[in-house]
Amino acid sequence: MSKKDLGLLVLILVVGAVVTAINPRFLLPINLANTSNLIGLFGILSIGQAFVIITGGIELSVGSVVALLGTLFIDFIAVRELDWPLAFVLIIALGAIIGLVHGWLITRLKLQPFVVTLCGLLIYRGVARFYTADGTAGFAFGQNFPDLEFLTAGRSYGVPNSFIALIIIAIVMWVVLHRSVFGRYLYAIGKNEEAAKYSGIRTGRIVMAAYVICGVLTALSAIYFAMYTRSISPASHGQFYELYAIAAAVLGGFSLRGGEGSLIGVILGTVLLQELQNLVNLLGIPSSLNFAVMGGVILIGVLVDQQWGVFRARRQMIDATRRNVAGAPAE
Amino acid sequence: MNYSDVSIAQSAIAPFLSLDGVRKTYPGVVALDGFSMEVRPGEVIGLVGENGAGKSTLMKILGGVTRPDTGTITVDGVAHDGLTVEASIGSGIAFVHQELNLFENLDVAANIFFGREPLKAGPLKLVDRSKLREMVAPLLKRVGANFSADAPVASLSLAQQQMVEIAKALSIKARLVILDEPTSSLPIAETEKLLDVIKALKAEAISVIFISHRLHEVERVADRVVVLRDGMLAGTLPKNQINHDQMVKLMIGRMLKERERVSDSAHAPGGTALSARAVRTSAYPERPVDLDVRHGEILGFAGLVGSGRTELARVLFGIDERFGGSVTLDGKTLKLGSAADAVASGIFLVPEDRKLTGILLDLSIAENISLPNLPAHAKHQLVSTSAEIATAEKQKSNLGIKAPSVATRTGTLSGGNQQKVVLAKWLAMNPKVMILDEPTRGIDIGAKAEIYGLMRALADAGVAVLMISSDMEEVIGVSDRIAVMHEGQISGILEKDDFSQENVLRLAVGKKPLPAQAVGGAQ
Repeated sequence: MSKKDLGLLVLILVVGAVVTAINPRFLLPINLANTSNLIGLFGILSIGQAFVIITGGIELSVGSVVALLGTLFIDFIAVRELDWPLAFVLIIALGAIIGLVHGWLITRLKLQPFVVTLCGLLIYRGVARFYTADGTAGFAFGQNFPDLEFLTAGRSYGVPNSFIALIIIAIVMWVVLHRSVFGRYLYAIGKNEEAAKYSGIRTGRIVMAAYVICGVLTALSAIYFAMYTRSISPASHGQFYELYAIAAAVLGGFSLRGGEGSLIGVILGTVLLQELQNLVNLLGIPSSLNFAVMGGVILIGVLVDQQWGVFRARRQMIDATRRNVAGAPAE
Repeated sequence: MNYSDVSIAQSAIAPFLSLDGVRKTYPGVVALDGFSMEVRPGEVIGLVGENGAGKSTLMKILGGVTRPDTGTITVDGVAHDGLTVEASIGSGIAFVHQELNLFENLDVAANIFFGREPLKAGPLKLVDRSKLREMVAPLLKRVGANFSADAPVASLSLAQQQMVEIAKALSIKARLVILDEPTSSLPIAETEKLLDVIKALKAEAISVIFISHRLHEVERVADRVVVLRDGMLAGTLPKNQINHDQMVKLMIGRMLKERERVSDSAHAPGGTALSARAVRTSAYPERPVDLDVRHGEILGFAGLVGSGRTELARVLFGIDERFGGSVTLDGKTLKLGSAADAVASGIFLVPEDRKLTGILLDLSIAENISLPNLPAHAKHQLVSTSAEIATAEKQKSNLGIKAPSVATRTGTLSGGNQQKVVLAKWLAMNPKVMILDEPTRGIDIGAKAEIYGLMRALADAGVAVLMISSDMEEVIGVSDRIAVMHEGQISGILEKDDFSQENVLRLAVGKKPLPAQAVGGAQ
């Protein structure tokens, strides 16, 4: 765990302690379970985003993808009555295809990630609304999918299964990002894509793979969100989720220039964001201020981190100078 | 003043700039230690010294970026403890840096008068473009520019861009122009132009400090040479004593026979390794190129910048698209769709721009060295740090990379050591063909010699080495054969007996080389 991650963890605990002191309901099992469920849902999304950001890219369409794939998933199992495992595989495959298309446009046709995924944001939202004729996708009365519901919205020993899913995915992705050859390539490309190319790395394929990973994880979280809300109005479902994901990564120490950030960081970033949401509810802050609180905390967090870096560099220089001066009379 | 070599007539003229006992320390290092020198009006000073000798610190002090700890700087008769940036500009000191500070998206005139544009009357403060052009024209004439004031800077060659910088210096009525490694990225013909500009400045009584690693240029243009070593004045050489050996002796404190052949092959070259047939590049898509590099030889690749050498190298390495033609290695046709293809076939490139494409500055030495061959340092797709470190340690001691450990970030290393890291990553992978593009640019003499030694060792081990270089001494001193490129075509190949600066230059500008007998005296 890096110092940055440790600082974030301390911040999470301090905020938690303060909230508890004001409103002890923060630590009630039901509140913790609800919050960790949301951490699970947003965490899966944010890990996907992190893989794209590490390459220096950005994926703005995830909110719309959550809406479109969530709508399709409910439609597949509730209206078209596909077996849910089949629908599950189809949705994941669709997520992978979306990622592949984005990656292809970005690496082969050299379009900017911002532009490609911004268009995606508009397109998928529009398609989702058209698909339901601007209505709502939901389950009919009495429709039940016990296994699926247990896996997505259920709990084991009081812990939401979505949170457990996040932990498993996080462990796997930690190994991929921090220990694998692929992960090293991602960092290298994020730091300097040209130099990586000159070292014989097929950078296009690696970047494309990052978008596919993002697409798959987004699809997975789309299913979780769909099963959590159980009814989707595509006009608003998943709106701003890309920003939650980006915010989690930035809070977690990712640089939007690429090449920087850790998996633990993005998880902690997600935890802090959800803790803040919870704080707004528990402290009776008007929920209309929700975004303002989040924005303010991210800004302060980034500012403190940056100023701390400046301060440390200055301290090191002063120390070094002092040592130098102390040694000088010996000359 | 205690310069024994200054003639009485010269010292009668008051110096424009004099430094006296300047000392500057940084945490842990003494960058300048009691350094003194002076510059008279219209004098061209060659300032030489190895990397780390204190040249950059001296420039920072003259530019007003940093203050000396002790010592006096006298400019135009006024003594200062230290300059500020404003004082430096105000007293007419102008810099032309190795890395040019131009806005490539603007035109020449806009660059020269950036921030000082003549304005039209009225509240909108529009730029008076016709007046601007009037003001720029005489400046361009003084530097002998062959381009117009409204040419976009991006369309100019490197030498032309340097002329823009010098014109900019003249526009602020500079009395001292400091040229920091101006020729290190210039080809031969453009270097000539720059040296002419220096002479023109001198004729206008403008002083010049010319910093260069290319000693033969210093030899040609300097009135006096000041040599820095370890932050101290190692010595000054008056005009009649300026020669290559003297400068090197003062720079490194001993004699180094750099002018002689640096290395000779131990045996005759083998068969053809890399063979390009009718290859066309993006630079000259209409001109097919044939080139053969043999096992065990160093093929020097000379030519002017823009002649298409780098583009050919990039095609051979698979980075650039090939517009037709074929490339074979040991008779086998290569696909070369990407650098990954080239690396897989054992063709490696040490690129021209070390910091942008050669290494990743943010990664450690070990991570840089293992990067092209990472799967070999991994088990089940998981990177083995111990394997990486083992490879890196071996290369570090083989190449003599000076760093605290292989975990050191390469961004903190000197240019020479960075270049060794670039070499190390390829040497760890058994190269068949090694292409080096300006391998010693910006590297000090000691490290240069080591890199030449490495190239020779590679060739002796049967590797085909292709060395692109704009440094004439290097091309002639290191190569076994020299291929010269002129406007996208190979204009000739010189065997060792025909090596001479004149022959290379003639081929580079598209003329025929002189017959062997006539060359004897010219060399």
